[in-house]
Amino acid sequence: MKTIANYIRSLFLFELLKGLSVTGSYFFARKFTLQYPEQKAPVSPRFRGLHALRRYPNGEERCIACKLCEAVCPALAITIEAEPRDDGSRRTTRYDIDLFKCIYCGFCEESCPVDSIVETRVYEYHFENRGEQIMTKQMLLDIGDKYEQQLAADRAAQAAVR
Amino acid sequence: MNAVIELWTSLPVVIQIVIKIVAIMLPLMILVAYYTYAERKIIGFMQVRNGPNRVGFFGMRLWGLGQPIADAVKLMFKEIVIPSGANKLLFLIAPMLSIGPALAAWAVFPFDAGIVLADVNAGLLYILAMTSLGVYGVIIAGWASNSKYAFLGSIRSAAQIVSYEIAMGFALVGVLVAAGSLNLGDIVMAQEGSVMHWFWLPLLPLFLVYFISGVAETNRAPFDVAEGESEIVAGFHVEYSGMTFAVFFLAEYANMILISALSALMFLGGWLSPLPHVWVDGVFLLDDGFHWLLLKTFFFMFLFLWFRATFPRYRYDQIMRLGWKVFIPITIVWIVVVAGMRVGEMPWWFN
Repeated sequence: MKTIANYIRSLFLFELLKGLSVTGSYFFARKFTLQYPEQKAPVSPRFRGLHALRRYPNGEERCIACKLCEAVCPALAITIEAEPRDDGSRRTTRYDIDLFKCIYCGFCEESCPVDSIVETRVYEYHFENRGEQIMTKQMLLDIGDKYEQQLAADRAAQAAVR
Repeated sequence: MNAVIELWTSLPVVIQIVIKIVAIMLPLMILVAYYTYAERKIIGFMQVRNGPNRVGFFGMRLWGLGQPIADAVKLMFKEIVIPSGANKLLFLIAPMLSIGPALAAWAVFPFDAGIVLADVNAGLLYILAMTSLGVYGVIIAGWASNSKYAFLGSIRSAAQIVSYEIAMGFALVGVLVAAGSLNLGDIVMAQEGSVMHWFWLPLLPLFLVYFISGVAETNRAPFDVAEGESEIVAGFHVEYSGMTFAVFFLAEYANMILISALSALMFLGGWLSPLPHVWVDGVFLLDDGFHWLLLKTFFFMFLFLWFRATFPRYRYDQIMRLGWKVFIPITIVWIVVVAGMRVGEMPWWFN
């Protein structure tokens, strides 16, 4: 009896019509696609994008060349050279990040005792020539200056859980 | 008006025929181009996406309506790569063999009462011959490519198309028994009456078998093992690029439109209006006419895309089982039933 019922069901394409009704109903469903350049997805304050070096409000750079970030970097993307400055404080003479090596894990940011190296919310950038992927100290400081307000606000928002 | 008719009759017959061919081919090619756009859009919608919506005209988006034009231009400028081990002559002939029959079949297709390029008696036979010829393009493409994926794809599609050709042929035998004619125009005229007189009702199993065989015949999902991108890359056209690939593409979509139009013609009463005669006689757009045929064809074309968005690909042995052990017995049984109805002059349809 059951086999006969099965035969009839398959002969009348019952299951197929059921499948068609599912796709048919989705045809009229609301579409979720984000139209990227015009619309953008919200970005978390914890977002790990392009790197930046921050300064104190008085303009002094935060980095004290402790090299913790260089040591913790799993991809060996950070290269630091340091020397005492004329006033005797310890500062970096070179701070390079190779963005091709970087895996955006955020360990450098976590390891930094002075909140100097951070990852910004910026995720739209590109390189057009070989060598442009090396971010030098000056470039990183410039990015930090440009987004300082956002960076400070994000860090303040996350202060309770960090 | 008279001057136009005079000019038309003064032209040599060859020129007249060429103009008629262009009048059929040009809209068909535009329809094919926009069918690819409709496919991406409709399948996108069914997958809760938007589909192409960027390319438009004159800086306006227009829901991506410029997409097929952009695709065509891109394909035309691409290089045609001929594999070093390929048989060059066959490699280049195969796409033409594929598209030739797909377009030639339209010669006997009646678009409205009496509007047909070649009003031959054996129109159905001609269509059957032309749609069967298309398989040679696929086989030769697979053979000439000198690639194992292409060869596997063409072997699969050859076996599949030949199997489904039989079921399809039997379904058409049912149609010609019911209509009593091989001429496509006469087949439509035999369905005159109302929606209930159209052949989809008395020939319901044949109708389903015909359309599903048509899907298999055109190598469309869920019968697209000939392409099978998850198994054999792209099947028979894996080595084709640029315009040669585009011609295969055109042929596939032209075949889909042909199958849709034939289904509309033979089972849904072609250009006949679905509304009762007493209401619509002489009323503009509600009366019989080409637009009804177009509407019915669009319905079947939509079904092709709907199937592709819904069904997973058949396993190869299941395709063979369906073709040989399900469709052919069903069609043979129903041909006998139709013949009985015909001889017994069953009311409504065959009296």
